[in-house]
Amino acid sequence: MADQPLIFARDLVKRFGDFTAVDGIDLEVAPGEAFGFLGPNGAGKSSTMRMIGCVSVPTSGELRILGMDPVRDGTAIRARLGVCPQLDNLDPDLTVRENLTTYARYFGLSRSESHRRADELLEFVRLSDRAKGKVEPLSGGMKRRLTIARALVNEPDLVLLDEPTTGLDPQARHLLWERLFRLKQRGTTLVLTTHYMDEAEQLCDRLVVMDGGKIIAEGSPRSLIETYSTAEVVELRFPDGLDFNADYAAKLAGVGERIDPLPDRVLVYADDGDAALAEVHRRGLTPSTVLVRRSTLEDVFLQLTGRTLVD
Amino acid sequence: MTAGTLHPTLAVLNRQLTLYRRLWQASIFSSFVLPVLFLISIGIGVGRYVGSVEGVDYLSWIVPGVLASTAFQIALGESTYAVLGDFKYVRAYHAMRATPVRPVDMVCGHLLYLVLRAEAAVLAFLVVVVFFGGLHSPWSLATPVVCGLLIAATAAPVTAFAARIDHDSYFSLLFRLVMIPSTLFAGVFFPVEQLPAVVRPLAYASPMWHGVEMCRAATLGRATAWPLAVHVGYLLVWAVGGVALAVLAFRRRLED
Repeated sequence: MADQPLIFARDLVKRFGDFTAVDGIDLEVAPGEAFGFLGPNGAGKSSTMRMIGCVSVPTSGELRILGMDPVRDGTAIRARLGVCPQLDNLDPDLTVRENLTTYARYFGLSRSESHRRADELLEFVRLSDRAKGKVEPLSGGMKRRLTIARALVNEPDLVLLDEPTTGLDPQARHLLWERLFRLKQRGTTLVLTTHYMDEAEQLCDRLVVMDGGKIIAEGSPRSLIETYSTAEVVELRFPDGLDFNADYAAKLAGVGERIDPLPDRVLVYADDGDAALAEVHRRGLTPSTVLVRRSTLEDVFLQLTGRTLVD
Repeated sequence: MTAGTLHPTLAVLNRQLTLYRRLWQASIFSSFVLPVLFLISIGIGVGRYVGSVEGVDYLSWIVPGVLASTAFQIALGESTYAVLGDFKYVRAYHAMRATPVRPVDMVCGHLLYLVLRAEAAVLAFLVVVVFFGGLHSPWSLATPVVCGLLIAATAAPVTAFAARIDHDSYFSLLFRLVMIPSTLFAGVFFPVEQLPAVVRPLAYASPMWHGVEMCRAATLGRATAWPLAVHVGYLLVWAVGGVALAVLAFRRRLED
């Protein structure tokens, strides 16, 4: 039982009428893992999450959650999941604390136990001073932290986070990441979707890249970068680049491992960015701005699909 | 079930009661004050000109009608915007769906809450009526039971309706075509027999008339118009059928 995967999927498909949202994916998530679905909007991430959360019935394929069948044992599975949905669904007329206590009772917890856990979780997400306040005046980041606290109220074996930081400002995102990282350190199994590269790199031990309902790559953030990109990337912007980036790319042939002309800039993939940049200058090219940076999952996605991730 | 754990239906009830603790002020007038105003204005004011109906003073005659219509209006009114809002804006039912709470718990928790809420108004009204001398039989003690049945028979199908629609403009149809006509013509203020024979079946079709009829039999200590089992059975059909329809509607709305 100990090494049984918490999530097991084989050839999982979800169709809505003629539209295939999830097109035959295989998955295994082990206890204690922080697992991510990375992909653009419409890639099938949320549909997959809803099937895992036992609120959406798979069209075909095999799916086991915590070793159980999500259609037959949905209620028993949901009792052990913590779900942070993409859209906030907090009760605006209840206080912050009441949002946790009423939700705790959906899991059958006693009044005293639900109060104990609410106070403990408000402490964890740093909202204790807002406990008696209404939900409405909370900032987006605070509401999301409260939703995460709510997802933890039943001490779940598996926490599902659907785009946990979408729409939050950078400061709120970092505080949220820090809290999620704390959870991960406690050994809580996290499954999250995101279209932010940095989020996936910060939080995930392992991730799958999804596009058009399919899994197009899988691995740790580091191994994906090593497989599909180079150690470093040089970003070059030319003053007349909007019209001539393709020409510049031709002039850069042979610099680094690979050249990728985008509408607004040219990317040079190289294991040694500074050496590649020296070669650019040696060829007499004069970009208006230059950035040598570490390769990211964004580059992996670009390499895999030919498109940028957040459009 | 181990000690201290809560059935999911009661957990839904707990949420509604917690919400009501925050919002009760808004309902004081319509639930507790308005029925008494009706009693004074129509029962005493209009009653002075009417004299007696079916052998009792007019005030005593309309007490059971106002009682049942109070329960009916709370049941109907609280199953409209509140239910649609919890699907569309608050998404409270979506939040519950991610937990062990099932659609049947959501529906039954909501109905239990409405029964408790409307019964509070019913009991308060009964206490006031005692001082007006409006109760004439110990059977009056049975009126809360009748009202409970009427609440379920009304709230369950309306809840199913609210869970099916996508826009609140349908509610004004419900108010105009069901609530107002039932209040005016289903035996609250005058006997249904006064209506032309062709429209009487509409009054008989309304759950309200059956509730009013049973409440009136109880407070005046007389027999019901139709056999008691028919009145009870008719309301039970609405209640049970309504719950079934509501559970189906919730399930459909929450599935994707």
